[in-house]
Amino acid sequence: MTNAAAFSGGEAANLGPSVEGFLTPVVDPESAPFWEYTDRGELRVQACDACGRFRHPPRPMCPWCRSTQRGWIPVSGRGRVWSYVVAHPPLLPPYTAFAPYNVIVVELDEDPTVRFVGNLVTGPDGRLDEIDPATIRIGEPVEVVFHRLWRQDGSSVVLPRWVRAGD
Amino acid sequence: MSPAVAFQDATAIVGIAQTEFAKHLEPSETELACRVIVDACADAGIDPAEVDALCSYTMEATEEVEIARNIGCREITFFGQIGYGGGAGCGVVGHAALAVASGQAEVAVAWRSRKRGSGPRPWTSTAVQLKVPGAWTRPFGLLRPVDEIAMLTRRYMHEYGATRDHLANVALAARLHANRNPAAVMYSKPLTREEYMAARWISEPLCLYDNCLETDGALACVVVSAERARDLRHPPVYVHAFAQGLPPQHQTMVNYFTDDPLEGPAWACARRLWKNAAFGPQDVDVAQIYDAFTSLVLLSLEGYGLCARGEAPGFTEDGNLEVDRGRLPVNTSGGGLSEAYVHGFNLINEGVKQLRGTSTAQVAGAETCLVTSGEGVPTSALLLRR
Repeated sequence: MTNAAAFSGGEAANLGPSVEGFLTPVVDPESAPFWEYTDRGELRVQACDACGRFRHPPRPMCPWCRSTQRGWIPVSGRGRVWSYVVAHPPLLPPYTAFAPYNVIVVELDEDPTVRFVGNLVTGPDGRLDEIDPATIRIGEPVEVVFHRLWRQDGSSVVLPRWVRAGD
Repeated sequence: MSPAVAFQDATAIVGIAQTEFAKHLEPSETELACRVIVDACADAGIDPAEVDALCSYTMEATEEVEIARNIGCREITFFGQIGYGGGAGCGVVGHAALAVASGQAEVAVAWRSRKRGSGPRPWTSTAVQLKVPGAWTRPFGLLRPVDEIAMLTRRYMHEYGATRDHLANVALAARLHANRNPAAVMYSKPLTREEYMAARWISEPLCLYDNCLETDGALACVVVSAERARDLRHPPVYVHAFAQGLPPQHQTMVNYFTDDPLEGPAWACARRLWKNAAFGPQDVDVAQIYDAFTSLVLLSLEGYGLCARGEAPGFTEDGNLEVDRGRLPVNTSGGGLSEAYVHGFNLINEGVKQLRGTSTAQVAGAETCLVTSGEGVPTSALLLRR
């Protein structure tokens, strides 16, 4: 059962951490399509059907034209590092095992004001700590990859992560 | 007269109190709250029975009904709570002032009681914080407030050339002030630049000394009309202006999803604050700026117009934030970094002490004080004057 299939609509569903103990996103009615697409290996961003502007994180109404007509637009999955941190303990236990690890914010090529929080790794299933933090640069180009996290109940969710462009 | 002009100096803070600040205090948050409110009333010379407005934070553990039945209020006719943690403090006092200025109440109390030193760290809860925006940040290991603010800090340093030395300037000024304040947790612990630079990382680019303390403690203040204030024990500290701020596209603590993330809630708050005030940033004699993290002080100096955008790093140099030598002494009690972290309420009471002339790091002749609440969350600010 995928994360999206587990989502029944209405309330946000917290299905608990991954088998490794990593936090998994709570899926709510607005975000459910995002996770359905990542489950298929697609990065899509919510956009207004009326004025066409992207918005992230998703929400019911367009703050620029107030339309509630909305859809999900495929994007290239290419962007640049906008900022990053290197987290050291104290952390939650499953994360401590990988500390120090990076967390980055990526601005998308299609619209630099659409930004995703993620991790810079060398491949879809790479460890959180495999990139030397001293080599990370603001502005460096990155591309999306997809990493599946399995939960105790057999459901899963696919997180977007980032690799260096061309790697 | 416009309503904003009518509000200027119409109310005053006439009583303040604080408990001991420590890593662990024995009494419950409720008991600490009740004690400190009664002490603040005593400082004002007002019978707690007269309190008819209660203003606090949504994160406050003690409800108004508990306060009222403990301190023995006759009738409460105004009560309210403000959200967003450290963004609330000045708003809580501001709402108390609004209640008094608009005739909803005559004796308003604002308070914060928190056992953050001995209680759990809120971010360790994995069950309740994964909705928007946490769903988009926490699974990736952006777990703690320090991680969230470190992200903005790195970007800020990149854009404006700020360095760790500038962050250290904030931490060292706070510690210097705490070393003069016997009530401060760090009163007897000096801090050097070398120690700052050698400290362990928490979330790069922020190290241990960029983070506020974890403290048990409580503070309260009493607000009455300017007319009543004239007859009380202490010289009135007037609430000259008050504002809250929530900018476009904001997400609490992770203001990354907006056109200009470095122009945060402080900027929205500041525009209203200065619009409603009869004086400007250049007239501020001393400032208490919310400092859960050192970098929030840099962002706030710019947001509140105390210096131009991108110029806060230089503004911190040459001891400029320090009492007795700086152009704008900041966080003269030691602030959240070195006095106590009680969601910024100690900054408010320190503002009152400065304008009473009783601070342990007194700015000679201070007549105006800017107090701000947390940047990075929906926030608030007060302009106090004597």
